[in-house]
Amino acid sequence: MKQQNRWAFWLLVPTLILIAVVIGYPVISAIVMSFQRDPVIGPDGFFTDGGFAGFQNYLAWFFQQCPAASGGTQACPAGTLGAQFWSAMGNTFFFTIVTVTLETVIGFWMAVIMARSFRGRGLLRAAVLVPWAIPTAVTAKLFFFMFAFDGVINKTFGTAILWTGSEWPAKFAIIIADTWKTTPFMALLILAGLQMIPAEVYEAAKVDGASAWQRFRMITLPMVKPALMVAILFRTLDALRMFDLPYILTGGANGTTTLSILVVDQIRSGFNLASALSTITFVVIFLVAFLFVRFLGANAVQSATGGKKK
Amino acid sequence: MSTVATPANVPLNPKASRQVQWAQGRTYFQALIIVLWCLAPFYWMVATAFRPTSATFETTLWPTAPTWENFVTAFSTERGNHFGQALFNSVLVGVVVTLIALLVGVFAAYALARLNFRFKFVVLGIILGASMFPGVALITPLFELFSTLGWIGQYQALIIPNISFVLPLTVYTLVSFFREMPWELEEAARMDGCTQGQAFRKVIMPLAAPAVFTTAILAFIASWNEFLIASQLSDQNTQTVTVAIASFSGALPQQEPYTAVMAAGTIVTVPLVIMVLVFQRKIVAGLTAGGVK
Repeated sequence: MKQQNRWAFWLLVPTLILIAVVIGYPVISAIVMSFQRDPVIGPDGFFTDGGFAGFQNYLAWFFQQCPAASGGTQACPAGTLGAQFWSAMGNTFFFTIVTVTLETVIGFWMAVIMARSFRGRGLLRAAVLVPWAIPTAVTAKLFFFMFAFDGVINKTFGTAILWTGSEWPAKFAIIIADTWKTTPFMALLILAGLQMIPAEVYEAAKVDGASAWQRFRMITLPMVKPALMVAILFRTLDALRMFDLPYILTGGANGTTTLSILVVDQIRSGFNLASALSTITFVVIFLVAFLFVRFLGANAVQSATGGKKK
Repeated sequence: MSTVATPANVPLNPKASRQVQWAQGRTYFQALIIVLWCLAPFYWMVATAFRPTSATFETTLWPTAPTWENFVTAFSTERGNHFGQALFNSVLVGVVVTLIALLVGVFAAYALARLNFRFKFVVLGIILGASMFPGVALITPLFELFSTLGWIGQYQALIIPNISFVLPLTVYTLVSFFREMPWELEEAARMDGCTQGQAFRKVIMPLAAPAVFTTAILAFIASWNEFLIASQLSDQNTQTVTVAIASFSGALPQQEPYTAVMAAGTIVTVPLVIMVLVFQRKIVAGLTAGGVK
């Protein structure tokens, strides 16, 4: 054990140092920055260094307060970045809940079909990997083209919807594109879970006269639950940081700004305020992950490592 | 689920046989819907890439006047697009990031899969947490730091942040591959007088090669597909393909050069799709490695 400790230490050190440099350092400096005031142009025309701000940057986001010309603060005017915090938060959760729900249901169905044995199953499993392999930026451009006013979707369905140009259609365009792109990943994770269920269990249930629905509810669901929970956790955390799709598809217009987009928009008009927002985003994602693991029993660490076997 | 697995040697009465056929038919029908749903948008991109600009919005299944013109436009630098350069940049960043992640991650994964040590679960938690980390939490301080250092527009400004998500992915994919390997061989080699280091080099490395290769593909794809970091921390010289495609400009500012963008998208995607189809089994194993066990 002692010798193994030493071995493990030296094998892990390079990875842990790299993670500390590329993640630990930026995160800590973001937190430090978030407590600094952004420099402002003073009446003399020079930049004044902001200094310590306390929780001011955070409060500015939560209460949507912007600096007023008179020196104090005022409610941010509509359309400014500061006025979009709660709508961005709402959009982020709306997209997350809707896409993850759709992806879970459709992904489950895909996984059930993929788990059956039939000729051409290999083709099906290969086809499912195609959306996953396409870069999200390309997916966004592809759906932007298909959702164009003259595009194939309007023409096929005989509609005349300004998909990316009006609020609800824009939201749906993003949801459809995201569902297309990421359902396969979900389906493959669920499929791997399904394949762990021994066939004899189904045979036994059949002999006992269980209907297809009963077999699904009493065997499949409970036995696939650990894998399903981890898949939902992964996808939820991924959806909460959604950026590429809405950024390219709609540019965040028409009620599609997510927290990530708001951070990126804010960067060039104030690092410290942007740092506060990115820290909020990080904490929100962390809290969701914590709640998942705590209350829904999605134990990613344990399942990623095969449990405490040794 | 097992309806189809009826053994062939059991004589079926006509009714049961019809039932099996019916179930089989339903499976095929649903499989067909899934295949169409997954492939149709991809097919539309490739088909549009071959349509002349004047027929951008034509809805025939097959381009009526197929042309290579869009691929030429995609690489042309006349309108301020640098797609060729971006391809090179993406390959360079992807290869360097993958190599660094593998070089470092392989040792960590070995330790996590094979050794017993204190704080093992803490380390695993850190690595898994790191892989779920939101990119926006890093982007602001990195933007400020790299601006100060004058690194915006240099490759390290893309390589360093990409390691933040490629390295954890590499480690946990490798850990789950390594757990499945026949480690008895290592013990056998040690019985024959190899040191732990020798056993690792001579026995384990050759065995682990396929796992490392699959992980390399997943790591490269992750880096290749990255957009957020590249869109903020690159300039025209270091722009990656995803950024180049997202900001592709046409002849007129208000006119989207759809066909050229679809051609560029095809160039970026087709090699990936081929790679994924060739290594399908391994990639699925690697993808789902972290999820179940």
